Amino acid sequence: MAHEHKLEIFRGLVKFKSNIQKIWGVLIFLTIVTLIEVGLGIVKPEVLTKNYFLGMKLLNWIFIILTLVKAYYIAWDFMHLRDEKSALRRAIVWTPIFLVCYLIFILLFEADYIYNVFKDGFLAWDF
Amino acid sequence: MDTTVTTGSEDSVWGGGNRPLNASYGKMMMWFFIVSDALTFSGFLVSYGFSRFKFIETWPIADEVFTHVPFFHGNYPMIYVAFMTFILIMSSVTMVLAVDAGHKMKKNAVIWYMFATIIGGAIFVGSQAWEWATFIKGDYGALETKGGRIIQFVNAETGERAALRDFSKALPEDRIKHENNAGIWYQADGYKTSFSLNEVVEGFKASPNILIRTETINEEGEKTLLTRQESLAKLKDVTQVVEGANLIHNEYGSRLFADFFFFITGFHGFHVFSGVLINIIIFFNVILGTYEKRGHYEMVEKVGLYWHFVDLVWVFVFTFFYLV
Repeated sequence: MAHEHKLEIFRGLVKFKSNIQKIWGVLIFLTIVTLIEVGLGIVKPEVLTKNYFLGMKLLNWIFIILTLVKAYYIAWDFMHLRDEKSALRRAIVWTPIFLVCYLIFILLFEADYIYNVFKDGFLAWDF
Repeated sequence: MDTTVTTGSEDSVWGGGNRPLNASYGKMMMWFFIVSDALTFSGFLVSYGFSRFKFIETWPIADEVFTHVPFFHGNYPMIYVAFMTFILIMSSVTMVLAVDAGHKMKKNAVIWYMFATIIGGAIFVGSQAWEWATFIKGDYGALETKGGRIIQFVNAETGERAALRDFSKALPEDRIKHENNAGIWYQADGYKTSFSLNEVVEGFKASPNILIRTETINEEGEKTLLTRQESLAKLKDVTQVVEGANLIHNEYGSRLFADFFFFITGFHGFHVFSGVLINIIIFFNVILGTYEKRGHYEMVEKVGLYWHFVDLVWVFVFTFFYLV
C-alpha cells in the first residue's frame, strides 16, 4: 500500500509537514468555503442576484463553483485521489464528468422547452 | 545463466499479479461502485433541475421552507443545514484520520477516530429525521386551487407569513365522516386538516389585513403578493386546505418540490445510515484486532472511501437543494 502522501495543496502554495496536518488544513479550507456559501445565501447581495451570466444569477454560479471546489478537495485529499496513479484518477473523474455534463445539457434544455410550451402554448396550468 | 530472465518485465506482464493502477482489487471495486453511485445521484439531481427549470417561475424558495432550528423559535434560514454540513465534513475528517492512523498501525487511535465518525454520522441522520418531521408537519398551512397550485397567506401590516390558525374562523360545523355504508366506493379518509376549507375562507373574508401570496416569483425574486381585491377573487378557485407536506400535496408550493425532497434527501440519508452500519461493523473488527492480525488496515480505507463519498454527495445536495 502506498504510504507516501503528497503534502501540498493549492499547487504547492501551501505545504504541510505531515498528513495529519494536511487533513486539518483541508478541513479549515472547507469550513471557510461553507461559511462563505452560507453567508452569501443569507445576505444575498443585490449585485449578485440582479446580474446574470448565461441565464443564471451570478450568485448561483458562485455557489456551484464553490461546490465544485469543495468536491475537488474532498476527493483529492480525503479520498486520497491526489496520491493515486493518474490513470486511475482520470478514469474515476472524467467518466462521470463527461456523462453528467451530457445529462445536464439534455435535460435542462428539454425543461426550458417545456417551460416555453407552458408559457406560450395556449395551455392553462396556473389557475 | 546470463540469458535466463527470472524477473524480467516483459514475461510477467500478461502473467497476472501486477497492478498497473497500483490499487488493490477491493479498493478498485469500491471506486467503481462510487462512480456508478455518483451517476445515480447525478440522475436524481439533474431530474430535480429538470423539474425546476420546467417550473422556474413558480418553484418554492428553499430559504422560506427550511427555516427551523431545533430548540429555537424564529426564522433562521439555512443555519441548521449548514450545521449538518459541518457535522458531515467533520466526520469525514475523523474518518480520514482513522485511515491515517491505520497506515501507522495505531490500533487505539483507529478505534477512537472510527467511534467519532460513527457519532458524527448518527447526529447527521438524526438531524435529517428531524428535518423531515418538520417538513412533513409544516408550519403556516395553505390552500390548494383547482389547478393544483398553492396559495399562502401574508399579514399585510407586518409583511410576514400568516398561519391558517391566525385568522381562520371556528364555525359550528361537523365534519361528516365518510363511511363504508354511505356509498359504493369507500375511500378511507386519512388526510385531516385542523381547519375546514369553509372556516379558512370565512376567516379570510372577515380579516381585511390578510393577503394572498401566489407561487409566482416576481422580478425581485420574491413570491407575488396580491391586493385585497385580487385575493378575494383568487379565493373562488380554492378546493382544499393543505397543511404540511406529503407526496401528493404540500403547503410550500410545487408538489414536485416535496417529492424530490423526500426522494433525494431520503436516498442520501439511507446512504448515511448504511454507512454508519458499515462503520460500526468495521469498528468492531478493529476492536477485535482483525486488521491487526491481517497486517494492514485497508478495510478502514475502503469504508472511508464510501463515507467520504456520502459527504461528497451531501455537498452537492446542499448546494442544489438549499442554496441555489
